[in-house]
Amino acid sequence: MTIQIRNTIRFILNHRLVELADVSPVQTLLDFLRIDRNLKGTKEGCAEGDCGACTVLVGRLLDGKLKYESVNACIRFVGSLDGCHIVTVDSLAQPAGPLHPVQQAMVDTHASQCGFCTPGFVMSLYGLWMENAKPSIAGIEKALQGNLCRCTGYAAIIRAAEAISAIGDVGKDPLVVERDRIARELATLQDGRRVEIGSETERFILPGSVDDFAAVLEANPKATIVAGSTDVGLWVTKFMRDISPVIHLTHLEELRRISVDAEGVTLGAGVSYAEAYPVIVEHFPELTELWDRIGGQQVRNMGTVGGNIANGSPIGDTPPALIALGASITLRKGDRRRTVALEDFFIAYGKQDREPGEFVESVRIPFVSDDARVAVYKVTKRLDEDITAVCGAFRIAFDAGRVTDAVIAFGGMAGTPKRASNVEAALKGAEWTEETIERAVTAFDQDFTPLTDWRASAEYRQLVAKNLLRRFYLETQSSGQIRLDRTIAVAV
Amino acid sequence: MNVMQPIDRIRGGVHEKERHESGHKHVSGTAEYIDDIPEPQGTLHGYLGLSQRAHAEILSIDFEAVSSSEGVIGVLTAADIPGENDISPAHKHDEPIFVTDKVEFHGQPIFAVVATSREAARRAAAKVKIEYRDLPHVTDVLEAAAANYPLVIDPLKLERGDIEAGFAKAKNILEGEMRIGGQDHFYLEGQISFAIPGEDDEVLVYSSTQHPSETQHMVATVLGVPSNAVTVNVRRMGGGFGGKETQANIFAAVAAVAAKKYRCPVKVRPDRDDDMSATGKRHDFHVDYKLGFDDEGRIEAVDAVFSARCGYSADLSGPVTDRALFHADNCYFYPNVRLRSRPLKTNTVSNTAFRGFGGPQGMVGGERMIEEIAYAVGKDPLEIRKLNFYGGEGRNLTPYHQTVEDNIIGRIIEELETSADYAKRREAVIAFNRENNVVKRGIALTPVKFGISFTKTEYNQAGALVHVYTDGSIHLNHGGTEMGQGLYTKVAQVVADEFQVDLDRIKVTATTTGKVPNTSATAASSGSDLNGMAAANAAQQIKARLVKFAAERWNVSETDVAFEPNTVRIGVDRLSFNEFIKIAYGARIQLSAAGFYKTPKIHWNRAEGRGRPFFYYAYGASCSEVSVDTLTGEYQVDRTDILHDVGRSLNPALDLGQVEGAFIQGMGWLTTEELWWDAKGRLRTHAPSTYKIPLASDRPRVFNTRLAEWSVNREETIRRSKAVGEPPFMLGISVLEALSMAAASVAEYRIAPRLDAPATPERVLMAIERLRAAARQKG
Repeated sequence: MTIQIRNTIRFILNHRLVELADVSPVQTLLDFLRIDRNLKGTKEGCAEGDCGACTVLVGRLLDGKLKYESVNACIRFVGSLDGCHIVTVDSLAQPAGPLHPVQQAMVDTHASQCGFCTPGFVMSLYGLWMENAKPSIAGIEKALQGNLCRCTGYAAIIRAAEAISAIGDVGKDPLVVERDRIARELATLQDGRRVEIGSETERFILPGSVDDFAAVLEANPKATIVAGSTDVGLWVTKFMRDISPVIHLTHLEELRRISVDAEGVTLGAGVSYAEAYPVIVEHFPELTELWDRIGGQQVRNMGTVGGNIANGSPIGDTPPALIALGASITLRKGDRRRTVALEDFFIAYGKQDREPGEFVESVRIPFVSDDARVAVYKVTKRLDEDITAVCGAFRIAFDAGRVTDAVIAFGGMAGTPKRASNVEAALKGAEWTEETIERAVTAFDQDFTPLTDWRASAEYRQLVAKNLLRRFYLETQSSGQIRLDRTIAVAV
Repeated sequence: MNVMQPIDRIRGGVHEKERHESGHKHVSGTAEYIDDIPEPQGTLHGYLGLSQRAHAEILSIDFEAVSSSEGVIGVLTAADIPGENDISPAHKHDEPIFVTDKVEFHGQPIFAVVATSREAARRAAAKVKIEYRDLPHVTDVLEAAAANYPLVIDPLKLERGDIEAGFAKAKNILEGEMRIGGQDHFYLEGQISFAIPGEDDEVLVYSSTQHPSETQHMVATVLGVPSNAVTVNVRRMGGGFGGKETQANIFAAVAAVAAKKYRCPVKVRPDRDDDMSATGKRHDFHVDYKLGFDDEGRIEAVDAVFSARCGYSADLSGPVTDRALFHADNCYFYPNVRLRSRPLKTNTVSNTAFRGFGGPQGMVGGERMIEEIAYAVGKDPLEIRKLNFYGGEGRNLTPYHQTVEDNIIGRIIEELETSADYAKRREAVIAFNRENNVVKRGIALTPVKFGISFTKTEYNQAGALVHVYTDGSIHLNHGGTEMGQGLYTKVAQVVADEFQVDLDRIKVTATTTGKVPNTSATAASSGSDLNGMAAANAAQQIKARLVKFAAERWNVSETDVAFEPNTVRIGVDRLSFNEFIKIAYGARIQLSAAGFYKTPKIHWNRAEGRGRPFFYYAYGASCSEVSVDTLTGEYQVDRTDILHDVGRSLNPALDLGQVEGAFIQGMGWLTTEELWWDAKGRLRTHAPSTYKIPLASDRPRVFNTRLAEWSVNREETIRRSKAVGEPPFMLGISVLEALSMAAASVAEYRIAPRLDAPATPERVLMAIERLRAAARQKG
């Protein structure tokens, strides 16, 4: 089959179709908006996807359904937006017209002070409002995990979020009313062609299908594969690295499939954290809190589980938990596929078991057996949107008060996400008692020699690792309050 | 003569909950920040090249790869500076724009690249090759003291009573030390300047600065031109918090030098990482204290040394460390006291102003001393606080010999204790801690007293310019800058109130050195106090002329002319304001005035450590309850109640926002915001991915904030209001104290927890481990 090629990308920007033939592979959406299109409402606060001042909505299709998600324009490459609808703050109200209900609510509750972060908050709240017109405070806080405000202390912004539906009816919102029409318009942009843009030295490719991706990657084994760009984005904005040629994946719906069978769940490598969330909550409820605390909402909308694994971070948001669950990944090169246990994929710091031309195609997570108990603990300096200091994931199986199996994996303790095999050995076969735990925790000293950095000292990391096993034990004994109660009533 | 029906009152007068004047623009993205100003054709971009060493001699610099990089127009070094290569605000000549032979901190500017795009300039700057010879460096304040590093400026000593006699008399003496971390401002809009060259020696600079006059003077000095050649404009900043009081100057100066050299508009905007590496922060402190107190916990004597990490130059470290001493007493009377500052040089970025300006660090030190006494005598720290509050005659003199005349902390505390149900909740916390081993709780109620006025007396002056146009619309300009605090709104409310016209008739225009000269920084919480008064003065001058004119024209006495809502009453008749203004113009009445204000009563003799540096004090208190996970040190704030004094609020909605925002910022400083330097002297927490300011979910789970509505400023401030910018920042201290109590619970509250700041989960866990070990030893 010969693949057809297109040399432009096409997307809708606010109300207009845009077609571009000349785009650098490192062109960010934020600079495109501000510099090329003179749309100055979207702000740059950090250029690393952590402050949310640049938040815009990106609508994209999955199986014909159009969903709008908040994303960080500062680390999103324009090249990845083929077939999307980009909505910026500039388009929410007509110049002389009334403010959008989200905007009006922010004004009414005095929710802006310096105003620089405000457009980002407006867009995050707009995205939330379309999904849930009457969100809980916890829901609002979750939608705002990726938005920093240094002035207000957030109280007024929460009040605004609660007031939106009293000002406007989400059912009458343009993006709701016109969703089907826009979806059809976007569908016509999806022609299944491969997109190739740029010259030999500066180019990017949007494969036409997963098979095409395999072929393109085999032909360009040194290409940078970009899915959510929550990591690669920073290579460009912070390290000014040359990443050409780039292969974008986010447009490939085939990679966004989720399947559930009798034994477990399979996530396509392009499934975002947000897309995986419902299935994680349903089948692996012990991972819910971890999932809620990966980046902010924008990062969860962009970032993919496959990308999180493939980039081989020593901390890794999901790998420790996935290793504890016994997850495996399927790697593909051309037409050849192989499956490896996730823990074996991480060889050393910055080194993974991935050949040139090979890519992560899917992640398989088996269900937890009934005799096992699972817990994942993420320890950070700040509760939300913070990179892990220590993450401990446990899957321990019991029979009649004895440990029959133990899989314990940690992030932040070594150059890779790594199992605590000595601790596991100390537990296996032992009676489930405090004495066993106290004996087992000493094995952490054999398993890990953590580093000191700005997130935590080596001493703290080692102590916390031990205490997380202690917590796991205490939670099986259910005596008193063992975790902070995050559900305490929130009054505004 | 038209007869107008009188209306009740104007829209948007003083004391109204008026919306921020730019609110509708903030939410729609149309509020223009400097990076949003349309760029004239030919605009160039500058980017700073920063030192990659903490302390080193520069042996050679190779610009070859920089100059040949795509889009590069040129490279600026010290040699390209036409005037002085110095922007020291302390006039110590210790702060070069570009260093020449020696770098003194990692991130210090060495050169700038000018290119056709920011991207090109930034990429080019990274290509420089610099050969260094490393010198020993010191980043920590105690290491600096040990290494005999110099002071960046003369220290201050405050002394009152007889310190030796005080300790001799005291039944209990206790010594200790505390570390208090610094803080990055993390204004959401980073530093930026945009310079447009003019004729002759002129240049127009748009700068995100809290201190346009100083920026103007610095740019003039650097260009070697008189101040009248330089105009600095700022419509708004995307946050300042003190971080743009002096730190904006270098960007303005570089943009101006480049603009004049290449005769093109030049914009300079650093990346967030470079902004955080190259610009100053809140000072870290080390406090060494010795306390004398009786068995009840009443303080007899305090002797303390406040050492500060000032960085490589003086900047504002003098007044910052002074203010730390001014607030080491917080609300407490020290019968015999000696407080000394030690502003130490370090090989770090030069620290600067930050909301509270040293006051918070002084106050945290003071509260640590209270906590020490409480644990020593086995009482609730709140009891010790109340026992030591300033009182009447004999107990109302501060360490700097100012009498506390407006003390309302007693009432504030009493009301908050009741509304927060403090006593009962403290019992409940203690009961909870008895029953639970993993999660521990703590509760604390802490007061704030903050002195209002610049301690540099000459800064306590302001100017304003008011024009009334013939259509009755009013143009208002003043020397204060808008950084989100709502200053423009409040001052406009004052002017609306003076003329008795609706607020929407008044347009506040961008702060510019061309309209109001020789202004002070918008800092020290002084914005509305000073500029509100100056604007009122301008309005009053115009009104006086109008009254005189009306009395003559309509042959009534001046007392029969009154400005009433949107009308002017002359005798029994009323004219619309617009109509009246038209007539006044026709009669050639001057409808414009420059207003002026200087704060009365204040004086300060630094050498003697004596005077009245503050016009008045603002008060407040907060009560916070926390839960701590003693396995990891993680925590959350379960509830905070605040009662804060803003006098008669000019705008209760804006003031509430200031109080809520300041509390969260103060809490962040004392909890998750940690500055971390590595062994090479590099700041590694230089972006939001590594430096963690509070998020929405860090808010107290229950958060009740109230203004003390009964409070009226006893001094004649603008409409009897009080300053609000800085004082509520220190309400965050209750969170630190509550965390301390939770930690102390593991040792049955018998050992002072000595929890340092910032109380990151790690510091909390390590304090708990230390206390558990100490309790075991005590048995």
